[in-house]
Amino acid sequence: MISFRNITKVYQAGTKPIVALSNVSFEVKPQEFVSIVGRSGAGKTTLLKLFLAEEKPSSGNIYFEKQDIHQIKPHHLPSFRRDIGVVFQDYKLLPSKTTYENIAYVLEVMGASDADIANDVVRVLDLVGLTNRAQSFPEELSGGERQRAAIARALVHQPKVILADEPTGNLDPYHTKDIIKLLTRINEMGTTVILATHNQDIINSLEKRVVTLEEGKIIRDEERGRFTL
Amino acid sequence: MNASLKRIIKSGWTGFRRNSGLSLATVFIMVMAISLVTSLFLLQKTTGYLVTALSEKVDMAVYFNEEPSTDEIDVIQKELTGLPEIKSLQYISKEEALAKFIARHQNEDVIMESIEEVGGNPLLASLNIKAFEATQYAAISSFIDSASFKDLISKVDYSEKKPAIDKMFSLTSTISNTGIGLSIVLAIVAVLIAFNTVRIAIYNSRDEIETMRLVGASNWFIRGPFLVQGMIGGLLAVLITFLVFGITLWFLSPKIDMIIPGLNLFSYFFGSFLVVIALQLAAGVGLGACASWLAMRKHLKV
Repeated sequence: MISFRNITKVYQAGTKPIVALSNVSFEVKPQEFVSIVGRSGAGKTTLLKLFLAEEKPSSGNIYFEKQDIHQIKPHHLPSFRRDIGVVFQDYKLLPSKTTYENIAYVLEVMGASDADIANDVVRVLDLVGLTNRAQSFPEELSGGERQRAAIARALVHQPKVILADEPTGNLDPYHTKDIIKLLTRINEMGTTVILATHNQDIINSLEKRVVTLEEGKIIRDEERGRFTL
Repeated sequence: MNASLKRIIKSGWTGFRRNSGLSLATVFIMVMAISLVTSLFLLQKTTGYLVTALSEKVDMAVYFNEEPSTDEIDVIQKELTGLPEIKSLQYISKEEALAKFIARHQNEDVIMESIEEVGGNPLLASLNIKAFEATQYAAISSFIDSASFKDLISKVDYSEKKPAIDKMFSLTSTISNTGIGLSIVLAIVAVLIAFNTVRIAIYNSRDEIETMRLVGASNWFIRGPFLVQGMIGGLLAVLITFLVFGITLWFLSPKIDMIIPGLNLFSYFFGSFLVVIALQLAAGVGLGACASWLAMRKHLKV
């Protein structure tokens, strides 16, 4: 389903090149739950940014359903991104929209009808337990609520893949557990999940595939991995 | 209406309402910009009116040595009518000149007594000439100096009035040019400030724009609400400016009429309703939309 082939990404800091990813290759199968782990600066976020076509790799290719995503023309990028749901570490909720509107926005850009939007948003709000916070603005929500709203937005349009970049980075252990349970449930419903984290407890409790990055290289790729750095 | 368009307009309106502080600041700046453009329009009208009024007051009189015969008058009039610069000619005989003089000064005893003392008619027959434009009198004057009837002429009063006329037009033209120049500079400054205000408002939303891109919104879906917000701001600014100018001119027009008789800026403002509205809409809505469009370009490259 997703194939990273010999991905290298080099940033230029003045005259000094910084290698964020070096010759990274791995594949993700449909409905798989893959955790990408590593210390800060290991290249986890860069990998997700490349997959979302936010940035271009210095070399290598990324295929999504056999299509090289960096060959997609700029005006076709929005439709590619609609196949992916993203949960950002800093939530990235639209501050001038309510929880309901934030979630509905993804369906609106896809051209869904008002009736479908109402049904789907209510359904995911219920799934993430935010029904009573539908009309609240992001600034009125707690960190855990914001992250659940971001997850609801990522899954409302039933994407093929959910990318979660440190989704529990700003949360306490109680909310962390809650969010991971939610992601596991979404995966069990058939959505591929790629989770980037450096939270040892999460990885060890998941017992799913773990790809470990260190200094931009894959040092381990295990089917039922544990966090070992 | 297309569902997407409806959503874009609704989203633009909601954004405008929810960011009311910034929206009102933008509207205020736009009111300033549109006011300057409208002032420029009114200033042009005022200076134009002044120049026309002054031009109409300027004329030229050719005085004859003796009362010319009817044939001579015909020849003179025929010769002058051929000049493209001449708008109208009016022959005033000695009798008519005296009658007019008496009518004008009948309450001034000293003058009336002087006329009686002189006895007879001391005034000269004359030909009053009006040109289409004040600048054309010099050409008419030099034509008369070399005309076939020049021996019949006692004097042409143009050369006496010329320095005063030139000074008056030079002053009017300076006031007009300075005013227009100053208004244009101020209008450009106001447009740049309005443009920058919209740019800052959009710059503040750059993270939001990036998020919209990353969740799959097309450029139009992102840009649309910002354009709508800019246009709503522009429209509101137009309405406010129109009302402010309407009310101000309503109160000031009688006073302006006292200073410059015949100039009614209120009637002119509403008489040119379509032009004024078109000018203001172009300045307001156009400015809001253009500024939003240009400011967004940079942020849509994620």
